[in-house]
Amino acid sequence: MRWHQKTVAQLSKALINKEISSLELSTYYLERMADSRDLNAYLDILPELSLAQAKEADSLRAQGKAGPLTGIPIAHKDVFVSKGWATTAGSKILEGYISPFDAAVVEALGMPTERHPQAAGMVCLGKTNMDEFAMGSSNENSAYGPALNPWNTKRVSGGSSGGSAVAVAAGLAPVATGTDTGGSIRQPAAFCGLTGIKPTYGRISRYGMIAYASSLDQAGPIGKTAEDCALLLSAMSFHDPRDSTSLADSGEDYARYLYSSWSDKDQNKPLAGLRVGLPKEFYADGLSSEVAHALSVAKEALHGLGASVCEVSLPKTQLSIPVYYVLAPAEASSNLSRYDGVRYGHRAKEYSDLVQMYQRSRSEGFGDEVKRRILVGSYVLSHGYYDAYYLQAQKIRRIIAADFQAAFNQCDVILGPVAPDVAWNLGEKSKDPLQMYLEDIYTLSTNLAGLPAMSVPCGFSKEGMPIGMQLIGNYFSESKLLQIAHQYQLASDWHLRYPAEVSA
Amino acid sequence: MDINEVHRVAKLSRLELSPAEAEAVLPQLTAIFALVGQMQAVDTGSVDPLPHPILFIRDLAQPLRPDAVTEHEARESNMANAPAQDRGYFLVPRVIE
Repeated sequence: MRWHQKTVAQLSKALINKEISSLELSTYYLERMADSRDLNAYLDILPELSLAQAKEADSLRAQGKAGPLTGIPIAHKDVFVSKGWATTAGSKILEGYISPFDAAVVEALGMPTERHPQAAGMVCLGKTNMDEFAMGSSNENSAYGPALNPWNTKRVSGGSSGGSAVAVAAGLAPVATGTDTGGSIRQPAAFCGLTGIKPTYGRISRYGMIAYASSLDQAGPIGKTAEDCALLLSAMSFHDPRDSTSLADSGEDYARYLYSSWSDKDQNKPLAGLRVGLPKEFYADGLSSEVAHALSVAKEALHGLGASVCEVSLPKTQLSIPVYYVLAPAEASSNLSRYDGVRYGHRAKEYSDLVQMYQRSRSEGFGDEVKRRILVGSYVLSHGYYDAYYLQAQKIRRIIAADFQAAFNQCDVILGPVAPDVAWNLGEKSKDPLQMYLEDIYTLSTNLAGLPAMSVPCGFSKEGMPIGMQLIGNYFSESKLLQIAHQYQLASDWHLRYPAEVSA
Repeated sequence: MDINEVHRVAKLSRLELSPAEAEAVLPQLTAIFALVGQMQAVDTGSVDPLPHPILFIRDLAQPLRPDAVTEHEARESNMANAPAQDRGYFLVPRVIE
């Protein structure tokens, strides 16, 4: 049986029907992982820990205590701290760090404990590669080398959750967690032919999620299908008093609309009544013709399912890049001040006093992109520049959020590209940081506004690289976004394609 | 931005940049600030800043929780990652002569 081509929903049924045990399934994945080390998807793998969890999951099932996700393996982005597995956030400064506690997401998806009896019971396969501190769009900023795109190993996997996307796309995990500060779930999902969702800001606890830009960071799942994302999101989203930005009304069954029609307007068309908005600024200069073509085919498919399509405007789209590249570095420079070589992390060998110990430890531990963003952040927050940069960016952020509300007066969901083009070649953009920043044009604005957004496979380039479409919804509309994506996936098969080596 | 500014910001950031590193990062920062400068053309006179995205749609009260013990003493595991420690204390270079 080719278990790595099964969805989470299918694996859940197979476990219930005793076609396979969690121990067998986890062993199957660990063997595939051992054979695919060259993809560099994982930073830490501890088979004995994974297998102990699998045995526990099987025992829970035997006792009739299994939930829908019990015993299904999962890979966690290395930004989530985890007991047992090393946590580095892709940085040398945290090399060898072992967290004394689990992140809220790891805990909620892991084995039930006395403290968390409702935990989902999933088996952790390991920690996935990522751009250092989630800063990057290609995974090339990982201190441990980039995860390679299984569709073409000369191409980038996307970032920052590149390792998670590679793990799922290469059949090295059925599903994985990611985080998205400016596109870090959606863009690697698009580059690797997967489905991913960044929920509304505040839906998922950031407790134990290593901070990059706290007002933008949000966790979410990367999987093969919208249905799998809905199942995972339901287990990941809940109110957590340990995160002051966790929303009190979080937590719902995000799969509840998957199999329903949008309205009862037309029995034969599941999306009848749905209004899809196309922001004219997203379909302008800079968008590759192949991505534009795939989006136009996807638009026709949604129309065929009953949706109507209209043009909308997000006039400040271009400005989301400067606004993001002020706010995110500002927050990062503050968050990363905790790495001082005192309580944990790298400490320099030689120094003459405390300040030099801080400076050398940080300079040796952080990579170039992280240092650049810290420098930018310190600058925009420093005396005399705060109003012109940081405050101005926060004001434009409000205008960007208002523009989305104007668009949502005319439509229920926004359809656009995830990225201007398909995955580029390794090394192609890594010499010029600014060129890499421009790649985030279509994903940054939703983080600035705090809106939920998805990446859904919708085609391939001539060279066989996956293309993703982005669906952006209004606040708290994740269930509806997942419904649209699921109905689209019931009528298409882009999400079921695999790289040749994975289906061989 | 000039090279002195780079060194000033590096100091604020508690980063030690070699002269070569500072030279290399200067044009990159200059390019980033040219991009960021696009913001100055936007009239934001009466717009309030938005520090937290959900504040756009609703007011948020500072969340409070009961003042109860939730974590228990775990000094050993909490300090296991310390680069230098002695009998439950983090060691740092001498700061008081």
